[in-house]
Amino acid sequence: MDLSLSDEQKQLQEAAERFVRDKYTFENRRKIAASERGWLPENWAQFAELGWLGMAFSEEDGGYGGGPIETMIVMEQFGKGLVLEPFLPTVVLGGGMIASAGSKAQKEALLAPMIEGKKQFAFAWLERQSRYNLADVSLKATKEGAGWSLSGHKGVVYNAPSADHIIVLARTAGSAREPKGLTLFIVDAKAKGISRRDYPTQDALRASELTFDKVSVGADAVLGKVDDAFPVVEGAVDRAIVALCAEATGCMDAINAATLEYIKTRKQFGVPIGKFQVLQHRMVDCFTNAQEARSMTLMASLKIDDKDPTVRAKAASGAKVQIGKSGKFCGQSAVQMHGGMGVTDELSVSHYFKRLTMIDLMFGNQQHHLTRYSNLAMAA
Amino acid sequence: MDLAFTPEEQKFADEVRAFVRANLPADVRDKVKNGKHLIRDDYMRWQQALGKKGWLVYTWPKKHGGPGFTPAERYIFENICAEEYAPGIIPFGTKMVGPVIYTFGTDEQKAKYLPSIRESTVWWCQGYSEPGSGSDLASLRTKAEKQGDHYIVNGSKTWNTMGHWADWIFCLVRTDSKAKPQEGISFLLIDMKTPGITVKPIIMADGGHEVNEVFFDNVKVPVANLVGKENEGWTCAKFLLANERLGIAAVPQSKRGVAALKDIARAEQENGKPLIENQSFAEKIADLEIQVTALEFTELRVLSQMAHGGQPGPEVSGLKIRGSEIQQRITELTMEAVGEYSAPYLPGLLWQGTNEAPVGPDYAHLAAPRYFNTRKTTIYGGSNEIQKGIISKMVLGL
Repeated sequence: MDLSLSDEQKQLQEAAERFVRDKYTFENRRKIAASERGWLPENWAQFAELGWLGMAFSEEDGGYGGGPIETMIVMEQFGKGLVLEPFLPTVVLGGGMIASAGSKAQKEALLAPMIEGKKQFAFAWLERQSRYNLADVSLKATKEGAGWSLSGHKGVVYNAPSADHIIVLARTAGSAREPKGLTLFIVDAKAKGISRRDYPTQDALRASELTFDKVSVGADAVLGKVDDAFPVVEGAVDRAIVALCAEATGCMDAINAATLEYIKTRKQFGVPIGKFQVLQHRMVDCFTNAQEARSMTLMASLKIDDKDPTVRAKAASGAKVQIGKSGKFCGQSAVQMHGGMGVTDELSVSHYFKRLTMIDLMFGNQQHHLTRYSNLAMAA
Repeated sequence: MDLAFTPEEQKFADEVRAFVRANLPADVRDKVKNGKHLIRDDYMRWQQALGKKGWLVYTWPKKHGGPGFTPAERYIFENICAEEYAPGIIPFGTKMVGPVIYTFGTDEQKAKYLPSIRESTVWWCQGYSEPGSGSDLASLRTKAEKQGDHYIVNGSKTWNTMGHWADWIFCLVRTDSKAKPQEGISFLLIDMKTPGITVKPIIMADGGHEVNEVFFDNVKVPVANLVGKENEGWTCAKFLLANERLGIAAVPQSKRGVAALKDIARAEQENGKPLIENQSFAEKIADLEIQVTALEFTELRVLSQMAHGGQPGPEVSGLKIRGSEIQQRITELTMEAVGEYSAPYLPGLLWQGTNEAPVGPDYAHLAAPRYFNTRKTTIYGGSNEIQKGIISKMVLGL
């Protein structure tokens, strides 16, 4: 057993650290968040150049042969800088699903350009009623000649405003909430019949509500097997969860560091407030929570490619529960220990807090994953 | 001991409800019900209606122009106002500076300031905290130097709530820099239109503007605006904080919040069923409701004690601690109920009340901003760490 990073992985970590340090000062991030796209094309080009867009894909698929650990390393640094570029929807989710279920033609047409930084994706699965049930899908795809016609609604689709292609989870058979009968379609974002309502999110990302009105796609738009998308989606979402956990550990490290610095320097009653035991103990709990989060993220990153889907699912859910718990504790504590300053827009602390809060809500909150984990763990 | 209302109290309750229904402007009620942000005029219209009835200063005794409510009447009044979606009464005049003026002020000051507080024709704000003086309020440095019949005030105040709407500010200022921190402080009333005052917005985590920094640059304040004795302002300050902590528990608002949370949990779906049927989630709401009940009965005990001539003591701090935690928990569970639809950030709808359609149900886009914003409740009015310090020292003798 060896849990240390290889030399290549260390270099990757240093490069990601450098990127965040150079490009994501708090003031820079504010500017990027306010820009038209909400992310910077030059940063995306740099990701491609540094090989980050292809690092987790096999050489066969045009990637550089890394895996979840590489994703973890980069996502953690992204968390430290609250990076806004759409790495998760494009690379982890979109790229991940194409790599795991795509045809050779799809990989050539989509994955290769994605790795070069020329294509971006969005994953449209959520609907108003879905909550965290990935199978609660009612957007319908019906046969239309050799192809398909898609009609229905999708919500909170991250990166939809910038994506070249939307990967849509649609119902092709079966009843509501049945895992069987779901199919993935790769749809041109500009296809006729798609209308979009774009908005920023609480944590300064961009997302959309999408309405599909008889959107026609060819048979070649199907990603994977018809009626059998659920396992692909579940696997991709579990991987996305683990990537999010890594991002959250980065957020926690950053918010804890900022809080520690603050309580060492902020003076009240003639001493730094960090001299008060009540704050010392809370700070220690923040530190411990971040350590637990880091451990669970590492565990999940190591197990996420396990052949046994139960092992994989338990790892992802277990980590997500921990991240939900630790993220909330660190976030709320950081705000509290910063006092009034913690609830202002002016300091970075509220921005980390908002991101940690939204990470908990993405792809199932703490409660959802506790239930999922419990069902998996007690069945064994 | 009897929990039930007497026939007189029941009659009073009916009277309050009828009054609120007849006098609360419908648009203001709708805004409160739908969690929209209120503007100055919304508060003023409601408060002036209450003022005409003599109920705005519902905590004041009769001799200062209040209705002299019994604790039970006060409780009834607060609860019915909240149930009917009346906006919270802005406390700076009614619950803070008003009682300070009638307790420590001169007859001239009472005559000058109290009527406009009772009628809500003047908007007050608070000048307590400073950038370097938060929990350690007594370390404040805004100074007032006496020159003839004026004080010259220099310094800055922060976390000034709604000061951009205010006509007057009450301030703690340092009048003796050589004395011990608590002994050189005075309580001054300052007209916001006085030259030299600048109000600068502080933008909160939810993107909103409710608090400010207020800068004083050689602001001339008549000596007649001093309340109580010079250098004895700390007495006023402590008196005010004790009053502030009483209302801060916000029990009626939290009861309303729990009811709204249940409505949302009934409307939200999970696996084709209302979320409220999820046992784990239902138990979280139940746990919250029990906490609210405990808080409510603690407050009732304090009110009952006050009815028998007692004054709220340091134990009132406990109300603030739990009350603020409960307010936060409500927002946390509301966001949990809304789930991923908390993510859309719609500032136009949130702040300007534009006609932009919400994304998802109307309540969804409010959930996260409320959660972020409500983190302030365990910080303001003396942080909960400070409150616990007070209880451990003053009540437990540690």
